[in-house]
Parts: sequence; structure tokens; C-alpha cells
Amino acid sequence: MMERCRLVFSGSGGQGIITAAVILAEAAVLHENLIAVQSQAYGPEARGGASRSDVIIADSEIYFPKVNQPNVLVCLTQEAYNKFYSIIRPGGLLLTDSRYVRTWDKVDAMQRELPMYETVMEKIGKPIVFNIFMLGVLITMTNLVSPESIIKVLETRIPPGFLEMNKKALYLGTELVK
Amino acid sequence: MNKNIKFIQGNEACVEAALYAGLDFFAGYPITPSTEVAEHLSSRLPQIGGKFIQMEDEIASMCAIIGASLTGHKVMTATSGPGFSLMQEALGYAIMTEIPCVIVNVQRGGPSTGLPTSVGQGDVGQALWGTHGDHAIIALTASNHQDVFDITVHAFNMAETYRTPVVLLFDEVVGHMRERFFMPEPGELPLVERLRTSVKGGVDYHPYLPREDGRLPMSDFGAEHRYNVTGLFHDMWGFPSNNPGVVHGLIRHLMDKINNNVHQITRFKEYYLEDARTVLISYGSAARSALHVVENRRKRGERLGLLELQSLWPFPFGLVRKKCADARYVVVVEMNMGQILQPVRMAVDPPEKVFLANRIDGVFINPTDIRNILRLIQGKGM
Repeated sequence: MMERCRLVFSGSGGQGIITAAVILAEAAVLHENLIAVQSQAYGPEARGGASRSDVIIADSEIYFPKVNQPNVLVCLTQEAYNKFYSIIRPGGLLLTDSRYVRTWDKVDAMQRELPMYETVMEKIGKPIVFNIFMLGVLITMTNLVSPESIIKVLETRIPPGFLEMNKKALYLGTELVK
Repeated sequence: MNKNIKFIQGNEACVEAALYAGLDFFAGYPITPSTEVAEHLSSRLPQIGGKFIQMEDEIASMCAIIGASLTGHKVMTATSGPGFSLMQEALGYAIMTEIPCVIVNVQRGGPSTGLPTSVGQGDVGQALWGTHGDHAIIALTASNHQDVFDITVHAFNMAETYRTPVVLLFDEVVGHMRERFFMPEPGELPLVERLRTSVKGGVDYHPYLPREDGRLPMSDFGAEHRYNVTGLFHDMWGFPSNNPGVVHGLIRHLMDKINNNVHQITRFKEYYLEDARTVLISYGSAARSALHVVENRRKRGERLGLLELQSLWPFPFGLVRKKCADARYVVVVEMNMGQILQPVRMAVDPPEKVFLANRIDGVFINPTDIRNILRLIQGKGM
């Protein structure tokens, strides 16, 4: 099905991009029989500050765990976009949020600016599921893992009281790009 | 789905291994990038009747595990460079008093508080010579989570076998990275349990008189036997002594019990060394980038191989000498200024064929960094 997909999630500490990356990679390993590694780079701050998480999903062993040139690049802040947009692999997918990021250059990749944050606020009203909504968008555009695999991971990682909201966010994300 | 499959951080693999090996006491002071070790043990240990203590600092952590070990427990602490520095005094005490314990150092960029969230391998030399006086130590490392597990279990076994502290030198990349991991079944890996004395209570017991095989049976402190434990040079009862014969004998014993057993302690992995003209030597997370380069170059028919060291101290001089004998070039890949390069140069003949491929800026060493050095050595320029 796939050889190797390299993803970079970038944004600001607190947006949940590392959590989203972990959930995606865990779904690939536990429920899709794939190999994946997830790593992260962040500053000493707990919130704010640029954060980045790299995920590689493959059907063979992965030794070097970082991503130099992503097939899929997600930028959820202007700072992250400015810093990383140029590393996109030619022919890849650059996904940005239209409320947080104003793109100012064309890249040799599919460029999608989507109202992810706005849709979350309009349909759910809670920004905490922004990351899971983004995952819904991402897996629909890339077919990396099925929504069911993501849900199985959510069921083990998300406190019961918040599970339904997260499932709804994932579903709405998949709907946005269908 | 295999029920033993997990997707976890290296720090969690270390925790799982420690519990598998029988850890039942942990004392520590959380520090990035080792925090998850303490975090997970704080919930896991109480569930199995073990003890977790968050201490006021690192030297107290080290002292707490020494005390607990002496009473018969399998113990561990976890830290990073700045905390490892604070532990050095008590580390020397554990070496001198021959108390088994495991110290995890998930390395970040140093010196001092350095780069808290970035990777480094600058504490390799410190693991051996951070504490003062003649001594030997065991320091182990690993590059992936399955190996983190195996090596952590090995660390506990070595600590018990040789009654010595064992340092686990992991790093930020291995500690924080998440990857696939299969939890071994109970009994799959051999475990070394505490060797206890058969001397009955009330009978003269010599806590510091080695058996013929060099091992010293222990007695849980506070139980059957009364004996003395001191960081001063001591006789077979543990009482202070400055008798030159006693002093000489103890130093020899502390060195020999480790240096005479290098083969039992040494762990390594090798890839394509049979016909390699260029041998990469690496360890910890840096070995992942080295292996990436080796696998790619082999596909093109280049005779490149990798020797991955999983035990750094005692340094396996004989192994390195043998594996590099036919190599034209030897390239040490590490994230410091050449802390393993030095012993490799002592092992390899001639030392001029040994080069360093390193990175010291907090950025994880990239396959491109290694390839550039290889090009330079081969006279191809950058």
C-alpha cells in the first residue's frame, strides 16, 4: 500500500499537535500493522513557543526517526508556516489553517488552506478538539489510516467524558474534505 | 493484534524493563528528558507494592536507592546530565561499598544546564570518571526500544552479579521517541537475583570477603547480621582500615571484578562487518543514523559496516581491535567531541585511520552529516 510517508506537524505548544501525531502513529502501529516512529522538538515552555512533531509511517524498518523533507506538512500557526513551509517534499501536501495562517508563497505541492479552527468553533464550540479535527481532515486526504483505527486509540487515550466530543471532531474533520 | 505490542517512548520501555527485572524501589528528582521514567514509575510501583519517592534533589535520590538496595531491594534512579553531576559523590560511595543499583541518565545537551530539551551524548566520559579515585564502572546504552528493554534488564543483572552501580546512558531521542515495542513474556529474559549469604544469624559474617569467583554474598541490612558499611577503605567486616595491604587489595578487587569480566559485560550488535572496508562505530540514538547510512550504501554495493556498542564501560578494546582489523577507515559516530573516539583510537591500529563524525549543536545527527564526513575521508570533498 505504501512505502514511506513522512509527516511534520507544526504549531504552538498547547494546540495538541504532539498528541495528534502520537495518536496517528499509534493507530498505524497498533491497528494497521504498520511501522511508525514519532518524535518531537519543543522548547522549555509548557505553553506557547514553537513546537513540532515528526511522524514516519512505513511498511519497513525506520532507523533515522526525524523528517527532513515531509510528504505531509501541517502548519497551525503563522510562525510554524514561516519556519517550515519551504521543507515540503515536491508533490507533497501542505495543510494550513486559514484562521491562523496566511500563506504567502507557492510551493511545489498540493496546498490546502482550510477553515479547520472556524469549523470546530462553529460546530462544537471547544478549541480543545482542534487537533483531532485536523487529524480527521488529514487521514481523509492521505488515506494513511482508517478513522476506526484512530477511534480505537482515542478510546484508550481520551478521558470518557471527552470521548464523544473527540469522535465528533474526527468525524467532522473527515466530512470537511469529502 | 499481538497483545504484547505497544507504541511507547524509550523512557517507558526502560520502566517496563526495570519492573520486569524486579525493581521495587525508585527514588528520583524528575528532570527533562528523563521525566517520564519517574512519571510512569510513580503510578506503576505503588500498584505492585513497590516504593516511589520523589526526593529533594539528585544526591538524596542516589543515597536513598543505595540504602534501599542494602536492605535487599532492586533499585533505580533516573536523571539527566545536571542531576548526574550531583549524584557523583554518592555514586563513588556505591562503588566503594559495592551496593547494586541502576542509574539512568537520559542525556541532553551539556555542560551545566545546557540544552534541556535537546539531544546530546556528552556524559559518556562522566559515567566513568565523574566520581573520584581509581574505580571501574559499567555503562550501557541502546538505540531502539526493544534494545532499551534488553539492556535495562542486563543492567540490573550486571548490578547484582558484580555488586556495583550500573549507568544506563540513554539520550533525548531514544528517551522521547515513540516506536513499536513488543513486551517480552515473563521468563523470556534471564534475571539475576540477589546473592544472599548462607551464614546464619549470630555467626561471624564477612560482608566484604569475596568468594573464590569474586562475588560477595549480601545480607539484608537490618536483618540477620550486624555489619559496618563505609566509604572509607575497609576490611572484610566492613570496618575502616588504612592498612596498605587492605587498601591495595580492595582497589584491585573493585577494578578486577569488572575488568576481568569484560566478555560477560560487553553487549554489541554488528551489521555487514564481514567484508566492510569502512567501519562505522556508534551507540545510542546516533547509531540509528549510522545504520540508515549503512543500509542505504549497502544497496549500492558499498562495503560499509556498523559496529553498534551497547556497553561503553568497561570499554571493549579487544572487540573493537578485532572488528576493525581489516578496515581501511573507522568512523566513530557520536554526539560529543569524541568521547568514544579516544578509546577507539587506543584500540585500533593504526589510530590514524580513525575519524570522528559528530554533531554537538543539540540537533540530532543526520545521515547527511555522516555521508559528508565519509566523502571527505574518501577524498571526494563535501
